[in-house]
Amino acid sequence: MTALDCNRPREAAAKARLATRSGEHGLAWLAVSPALLLLVGLLFGPVAAVVLFSLTDWQLGSFTFHFIGIANFRALFADPTFWKALTNTLVYVAIVVPGTVLLGLVVALLIETSPGLRGFYRAAHFLPVMSTMSAMAIVWGTMLHPTIGLVNRALGVMGISGVNWLRDERTALLALALIGIWQGFGFAMVLFVSGLKAVPQQLYDAAAVDGADGVLDRLRFVTLPMLGPVTMFVVILTAKRSFEVFDSVRVLTQGGPNYASEVLLHRLYTESFDFLHMGYGAALTVVYLAVIVLLTLTQARLLERRVHYS
Amino acid sequence: MAEIELRDIEKSYGETAIVKGVSLSIRDGEFLTLVGPSGCGKSTLLRIIAGLEAQNSGEVLVAGRCVDDKRPKERDVAMVFQSYALYPHLSVFDNLALPLRTRRLSFAQRLPLVGRALPGRGDVEKAIRAEIEQAASMLDIAHLLRRKPGQLSGGQRQRVALGRAMVRHPAVFLMDEPLSNLDAKLRVQMRAEIIALHRRLGVTFVYVTHDQAEAMTMSDRVAVMMDGELLQVDRPERLYRDPEDLRVAEMIGSPKINVVSRAHWVSLGASLPAGIHRNTAHLAFRPEAVGIVASGDGRLNGVVASVENLGSDIFLNVTLADGQGTVVVRTHPDASRSEAGRSVGLQIDPACLLQFDGAGMRQREVERVEAAA
Repeated sequence: MTALDCNRPREAAAKARLATRSGEHGLAWLAVSPALLLLVGLLFGPVAAVVLFSLTDWQLGSFTFHFIGIANFRALFADPTFWKALTNTLVYVAIVVPGTVLLGLVVALLIETSPGLRGFYRAAHFLPVMSTMSAMAIVWGTMLHPTIGLVNRALGVMGISGVNWLRDERTALLALALIGIWQGFGFAMVLFVSGLKAVPQQLYDAAAVDGADGVLDRLRFVTLPMLGPVTMFVVILTAKRSFEVFDSVRVLTQGGPNYASEVLLHRLYTESFDFLHMGYGAALTVVYLAVIVLLTLTQARLLERRVHYS
Repeated sequence: MAEIELRDIEKSYGETAIVKGVSLSIRDGEFLTLVGPSGCGKSTLLRIIAGLEAQNSGEVLVAGRCVDDKRPKERDVAMVFQSYALYPHLSVFDNLALPLRTRRLSFAQRLPLVGRALPGRGDVEKAIRAEIEQAASMLDIAHLLRRKPGQLSGGQRQRVALGRAMVRHPAVFLMDEPLSNLDAKLRVQMRAEIIALHRRLGVTFVYVTHDQAEAMTMSDRVAVMMDGELLQVDRPERLYRDPEDLRVAEMIGSPKINVVSRAHWVSLGASLPAGIHRNTAHLAFRPEAVGIVASGDGRLNGVVASVENLGSDIFLNVTLADGQGTVVVRTHPDASRSEAGRSVGLQIDPACLLQFDGAGMRQREVERVEAAA
């Protein structure tokens, strides 16, 4: 009897604790709800809608649609243009990512080791990032013009006959990739500069005393390893951005000539808004999303193991 | 073999002079500590010896040869840094191997993949491995060789840093506050280990610290630096008993030496001890030179403001009679009159009284004329 009595207050306490805990739970949900609503409304919702559309034959403007299963995907994978666009995108990424990372790193190192005018150089190299790509693409279009363009004129002075960069199947994608590097490396440079500032001076001192005092040794034993986390971030970001390449393609080549510069996002846009095949476009989007997610995950897995030391 | 000679070293950054004409001879095999408050230029001086900074004027000689135009790696010095400065991406083994590899392997042989295939690398690597294992077992880090620095405790990292300095058998060890990132207990333990290491290696150690206790316990000689100048270079016990400068007297010893100005002393109505020099402006005495006597019996009188019991000793903070300034007194735990609020008299051993002039310089001669006063 007494034992029972003794237990009673304890039970009450437990109940009270449970009540506070559920109260805390409620509060927690309340606290995350704005973020959760935004996440659902702006991210998960649209993705779900796109997945849904990809299973229909909806055309933009029509009021009816039918579920047609995976017919869109079947058509997509049977379409040589899609494969061309996918390959082109991968090639584009394979050129732009290393180009951007390397150029960004080299420029950052040059700026950080130069005695003066750092602010000017940083700003100058960052300008392309701030500019509007579609407007800059027009400028590039003029520069790459086969006869009056600056590029071919300059080559002409050196005795090299230029090509019609954007209208030649062999060079169109390359030209776009170079423009992509030009636009993106400033951002990589800024990130590398901030990364360089965080490298402790004592490590360079230790390397100097240890005999690793040449430029290459310093790079190899101190600078590059210490820039690992920044590099990973830059690579993932650049990869994501170059997968999204669209405006320069739209303005300069429209995917031509003969699909030589066709890329995924441009394909998606053309199918959805030029041909109004929303269902097909949605299927393309789903594939695009899958590729992006897969890529980001693999990169993070692979790189994370090598760049975080503690 | 590796004595170090500094001749009129000057260093300034822009307008700010950091090191002002320092000359110092460090003997071969000596453990010399540079001690001083932060910003006094001691670390800069060490970095000048290492070759990490260039002095504006003056000469650095190692083993009798001028090394001013030599790069750090050519000076036969090793350095241990406050933050350990281990390469975070390399294992402990590779951290230790780096200084050996950069010296014994050509650039091509050091290349990541190609290097392995080049002739001669295998033998060098085998020798390096043997040396590292020996050094690692000496420092008790043999079981850590495969780990990365990030997985080690502060003390273990410090051992690795010592090991990296040790493996290539330098003639001079330079240490820049190597223990200040460790907790108090570990610091005392590492102190003893560094002393033992010095004894075993028998090479010249130059050690920088702001902690006077480290300087006192570890060194053969201590160089006290302040505001870019060397104040005194001497054996620890001499610095403590026989400081040349008031600032040295105040820096060495814990708790700090008691300083009472002559004017203050006179204003207290106390008679000056015998043998006070005409120029003496400050009278200084260590806490252990003061005896507690009954109130009114001492030369100075005051009230015990607080009591710090350290177990082995008790330190009394005594506020002087006019309420201005305190004197720290060391007493035995069983001594009476050691509770706060009590009025006491202070008896100062005249033999232990140090006199300094207005500029803080030590006054040694005793003038008989004043003694009568």
